[in-house]
Amino acid sequence: MIIKVLLLAGLAAAAYTLMHGRRTALSLLVRRAIALLALATGGVAVLFPDLVTRVAHAVGVGRGTDLVVYLLCVAFLFTTIGLHLRLAAMHDKYVELARQVALGAARADAPAAQAEIVRPRAVDIS
Amino acid sequence: MPRAVVVVPMHNEATVVADVVTELLTSFPVVVCVDDGSTDDSAAVARAAGAVVVPHPTNLGQGAALETGIRFALSLPAAEYVVTFDADGQHDVADARAMVERAAFRDLQVVLGSRFLGASREVPLARRLLLSGAVRFTRRTTGLALTDAHNGLRVLRRDAAEAVRLRLHGMSHASEILTLLARGGFSVEEHPVTIRYTDYSRTKGQRGYNALNILFDLAVNRMRAAA
Repeated sequence: MIIKVLLLAGLAAAAYTLMHGRRTALSLLVRRAIALLALATGGVAVLFPDLVTRVAHAVGVGRGTDLVVYLLCVAFLFTTIGLHLRLAAMHDKYVELARQVALGAARADAPAAQAEIVRPRAVDIS
Repeated sequence: MPRAVVVVPMHNEATVVADVVTELLTSFPVVVCVDDGSTDDSAAVARAAGAVVVPHPTNLGQGAALETGIRFALSLPAAEYVVTFDADGQHDVADARAMVERAAFRDLQVVLGSRFLGASREVPLARRLLLSGAVRFTRRTTGLALTDAHNGLRVLRRDAAEAVRLRLHGMSHASEILTLLARGGFSVEEHPVTIRYTDYSRTKGQRGYNALNILFDLAVNRMRAAA
């Protein structure tokens, strides 16, 4: 069953992306290549529906529709993980930005605080 | 008493934060309250009580608030120690003081409060069970021989505070700090502290099941760090 190998490999790749995914120039290229490939394959599949079924049979799937559903599931997983990683990275930046705003707002209090730390005080003998 | 700055992350604590700040200021020269986007007047109350308020423009999470407070404290060149202290009044100022003195006396980089060393007997059962699991997990993952996890009372010497950069913004920072401290090879000791479990602190406390979220955060964080 070639399809089992393909789908498991797809799921493993999704898990790997979740853990190690980084936005590099290479990953951008891969994403773009996949997008182009998906468009081209989609076009071919629309023009020659029988071809999908034949490919499905070749990899061990009963119907072409089933093959499309399986691929859709894997593609959805990758999309979700990609968006999750992207949102997480954006959230990190947002927190840092908000932190800088907060620290900026408190900057005026720093000299007084610094003076308060170094101010000599009576020895506490309690 | 060494020069220590207290960092208090707060989120909607207007009813209790004034007492906490007032009490802290009897022992510490500067109290920094990080207002994590409170919708009540926590910030004004804390400022009136004498704290320096660093106001997050929106709610970013307790870990983020702690990190902001530590950065502000480190921006004061005279600060030798940074103390983290919860805003809900569950910690004892005398404990914080004793911990800073211990850090100075024993030349430690980090002193962590532990409710299971000595005094606190009144930890609620459910909390105790959850925490014993968390402690075992922390020991195994960090290699630090600790008796408590997720205790908000900590003393960090300047060098340790500078090395700790919290990236988990929510409630998972407590474990993250321990992981970073273990990785950095700092000298760490625990100090017995009392936790006052009031009705208020219980309602403000975390849900037990959030432990699973924390586990998830840590696992993902660790795997990503290893990548």
